[in-house]
Amino acid sequence: MNYQIATEKKRAPRAPRPPRAPAEEALVSVKQLGLRRGGRWIVRHVNLTVRRGEILTVIGPNGGGKSATARAILGILPHQEGEIVKNRRLAIGYVPQKIQIDETLPLPVSRLMTLTRNYPKRRVQEALDEMGVLPLLHAPVQSLSGGEFQRCLLARALLPAPDLLVLDEPAQGLDATGEIEFYRKIREIRQERQCGILLISHDLHIVMRQTDTVLCLNGHVCCSGQPRAVASSPEYQKLFGVSAAEALALYSHDHDHRHP
Amino acid sequence: MTTDIHDSEWFRMIVMDEFLWRALLAGIGIALVSGPMGCFVVWRRMAYFGDAMAHAALLGVAAGLLFGLHPTLGVFAAAFLSALALLFLRRRVALPLDTLLGAISHAALALGLVVLSLMWWVRADLLALLFGDILAVGWRDVALIYGGGAVIMAVLIVIWRPLLAAAVSEDIARAEAKNVMRAQMVFMILMAAIIALAIAIVGVLLITALLIIPAAAARRFAATPEGMAMLASAMGCFSVVVGLFGSVVLDTPAGPSIILAALFLFVGGAVGGLTRSR
Repeated sequence: MNYQIATEKKRAPRAPRPPRAPAEEALVSVKQLGLRRGGRWIVRHVNLTVRRGEILTVIGPNGGGKSATARAILGILPHQEGEIVKNRRLAIGYVPQKIQIDETLPLPVSRLMTLTRNYPKRRVQEALDEMGVLPLLHAPVQSLSGGEFQRCLLARALLPAPDLLVLDEPAQGLDATGEIEFYRKIREIRQERQCGILLISHDLHIVMRQTDTVLCLNGHVCCSGQPRAVASSPEYQKLFGVSAAEALALYSHDHDHRHP
Repeated sequence: MTTDIHDSEWFRMIVMDEFLWRALLAGIGIALVSGPMGCFVVWRRMAYFGDAMAHAALLGVAAGLLFGLHPTLGVFAAAFLSALALLFLRRRVALPLDTLLGAISHAALALGLVVLSLMWWVRADLLALLFGDILAVGWRDVALIYGGGAVIMAVLIVIWRPLLAAAVSEDIARAEAKNVMRAQMVFMILMAAIIALAIAIVGVLLITALLIIPAAAARRFAATPEGMAMLASAMGCFSVVVGLFGSVVLDTPAGPSIILAALFLFVGGAVGGLTRSR
């Protein structure tokens, strides 16, 4: 049983990133995580670490346990195995997967921003402004387009001045251009705020180019490492097809992990 | 000069009769609390759930009579236990939720009626149990309604934020707010409490209507959740006043008249909104 590859080893010398002062601070470490639901393991033996200033993208097929892992890290789901070590006093911003707000609930964007905590008006406006949705401050959330709503949710996640952002499929409901723009914004946020980002996505093409580390989850960690390494791994090609790997063919082939 | 007004039968009934004022006070007390509670019933789509709890209340009345408990206490216990049973069954039984709720809700009603009729030594006023008898409330009932209502309101305010967050997104609430599960459990207790208090006013069959119709009527005019809650209270109070006086004037049953008054508000608002949006 040796599915997992220690992500720690993934700091391959071939792609040195610009050194940043607190860059190596581990914000959250997951060790041998196992989640069980309805008598079966959704994921097991998951190891991952999100560091300050790093984007870790979790990809994988539906039902592969991406969302469940993120929700366990957030404390929404209990975990049955392993441990989740969070930096003390870690401020977390969270964009959940798909939320449908009932028509019967009158909820302006301003109220959505202060749903779980109060923030000064100025701060709410700044966050909305940063995501370019300040004019929607008083709009009912049900009137927003998919893209506008996701931007508002990301603005909401920025409010606690997060050390760690957990984004579960944050670009859903956006068109292709909007999506590229959205991911560019996420990189910008990382750059400016030096926070760590745990990004869950199924969109391989865009994500693979926007991330530092990729972790492919299908009940267990299939492969992880830098995008180029993951894209060329046989496990990845088996899951997503060779064409998905060829889309990233400019990356060189390398194996720095093993499989059972 | 004013003798002809003073001699009017309605005037004497309305101004002089204590039972009417008591009924009015009791109804307003319930409506103030049922507004915000009803908003959550609407937001969380719990109308049928509330129905099932209310129907089980009949069993609570029977149990209260059987064990010599205060009927309000019996109803509270029965409603809360039925909520627990429903939550348990929802996880264990592979039936669509509406089927499960429909079956349990009406089975509880039938069981309550049968058990009450088997207790030959009591003569329960079935009409009052099913549709309420607001004109029969005494001062002690009024005190109970305001005391209990104040407690319900206070607790609801305490759990408001996590409860509302969970209505928007269960995931966000559980990730960011504290004690979400506890807030949801406490809300079930509050539901049982408001049902126990309201049963005297509108009876087990109309409690859900008193909860959801003012809330639904308020939706169109509210911009925030808190605004909707307050508006629902106001509309509930208005329905009680109009329904009660309507029932005196037209000699109709009070509980159903209150519900109809609320319905007029709802329909009026809906029609008004339709014409405005055109």
